[in-house]
Amino acid sequence: MREPTRLAVLGAGHVGPVIARLAIKAGYPVAIATSGDPEDIALITELVIPGAQPQWASDAVADADIVVLAIPLHSFLAIDPALLDGKLVVDAMNYWPASDGVLEPFEDRGSSEVVARRLAGSAVVKALNHIGYHELEDRARPAGAPDRRAAGVAGDDHAAVATIAGLVDRIGYDPVRLESLRAGRVLQPGGPVFGVVLTLPEFERAVGEDARSLI
Amino acid sequence: MTYTFGLDTFGDRNGDADGKPLSHAQTIRNVVDEGVFAEQAGVDFFGIGEHHTEYFPMPAGDVVLAAIAARTGRIRLGSAVTVLSSDDPVRVFQRYSTLNAISDGRAEVILGRGSSIESFPLFGYDLADYEELFEDKATLFAELLKGGPVTWEGKTRAPLLNQDVVPHTESGPFPAWIGVGGNPQSVIRAARLGFSLMLAIIGGPPDRFAAYSQLFQRALEKFGRPPLPVGVHSPGHVAATDEQAKAEFWPRWREIIALIAPERGFAIPTEESFDWETGPHGALYVGSPETVAQKIAKNLRVLAATRFDLKYGMPGLTHDQLMTNIELYGRQVIPRVRELLS
Repeated sequence: MREPTRLAVLGAGHVGPVIARLAIKAGYPVAIATSGDPEDIALITELVIPGAQPQWASDAVADADIVVLAIPLHSFLAIDPALLDGKLVVDAMNYWPASDGVLEPFEDRGSSEVVARRLAGSAVVKALNHIGYHELEDRARPAGAPDRRAAGVAGDDHAAVATIAGLVDRIGYDPVRLESLRAGRVLQPGGPVFGVVLTLPEFERAVGEDARSLI
Repeated sequence: MTYTFGLDTFGDRNGDADGKPLSHAQTIRNVVDEGVFAEQAGVDFFGIGEHHTEYFPMPAGDVVLAAIAARTGRIRLGSAVTVLSSDDPVRVFQRYSTLNAISDGRAEVILGRGSSIESFPLFGYDLADYEELFEDKATLFAELLKGGPVTWEGKTRAPLLNQDVVPHTESGPFPAWIGVGGNPQSVIRAARLGFSLMLAIIGGPPDRFAAYSQLFQRALEKFGRPPLPVGVHSPGHVAATDEQAKAEFWPRWREIIALIAPERGFAIPTEESFDWETGPHGALYVGSPETVAQKIAKNLRVLAATRFDLKYGMPGLTHDQLMTNIELYGRQVIPRVRELLS
């Protein structure tokens, strides 16, 4: 029997621990890493992300089937792309100059498209970026729950998108697939679903025209 | 257990009875009166959060606190928060050490970012450097608090070599906190540097911060430090009845969140989300004295916290509404919470 899908979450700030907890709850083995020594996040892991494994980033990534990026974009620019070569990468980051400062490479573009260009050896999927970290856990519901909400999954590699749609479904959201990273711009800050938590029909209505116009 | 109860303001621009905004100057004078009245009503702490906007014209809270200090004798006075990253830690220490002198030892400081990001472009800082700025300056501030000559070298400010920084405090460091909004690494930093922990909980269920409170105490142990207090800062509004409090607060809340939502990524509140946040599981303390007291008592227990600061007011509320809020909070909510927790 195949080993269960392993996740590596990079980032132990606002977002990383939330995604890690949701994944653990859904039954995934999860490693968590920052740019530093795993010892530095041992206490955080024990108390805030029980069940996760703190590791060096290189070890966490090497063992993982899916790598979730939950770090500030300026930290992303400092990562060696070779670290993520051959990996399925979930980009949960946002370009948000009003809050994080202006980063020239991300101005007037789809942030995940810039991420994907930098990570040329990885399959990049944009997901889990558009629901606030303080709501992501609260709003998660099992499949079929009447008040289940939707979450977007965008990427150019459709097999990768299907895998991440499965992850999103298991952690508690109805996945809505968008067929390219470009179409995934609707998930960005300023887009129609950013920061609002919608049901599947509401989500589809909200992204419908915008997404089509971007394809 | 000793509990402390405070009120925080961002200098929210007052409205008149017809909803017309008062001047910045009048709003600031009203804040002075509110701070003085808070003492009379029995509040333990009055905090002013640094902001630089049309709706929150409060960039120099320490000056306002000094005016309140001159007219009071018991209430503690502090920032809530000081945006340390875009300030000079030496100047912050000097201002609050001066306030401490004026007030006879009643000064406190809460360091953080708050949601006040407009100070970065205003003072020529890049938000992308936020993390490095805060780490560097909080480290220096911890050194300054110890008193005595400071030797320090960092990346974001000129080094200090055996530098005496005045005015000296009379009885050791004044209380200093770091405000944290949900990043566990910031909790670790507060413990590492020996600051108390102020949890800023402005949305979602407060109980999710219980792990942070535990994390803080465990981290203090790890760093060989004695236990330090955990506090909670949350927005709210107290009026005679739940209905009145919600009716007064809701339009102001919706208006201000809708205004800042696009750049902060907040969801625009709906009546449904407001009902949830003001209900028993949400983060807003809006209601009658009894409703608000019950919620404060419950969350202080859940979060193992001994300090609660209600961020009162909202741009557009009138000075009279704020004075009523202060009176009900001081005379009814605080005694009731103490009773519930005893």
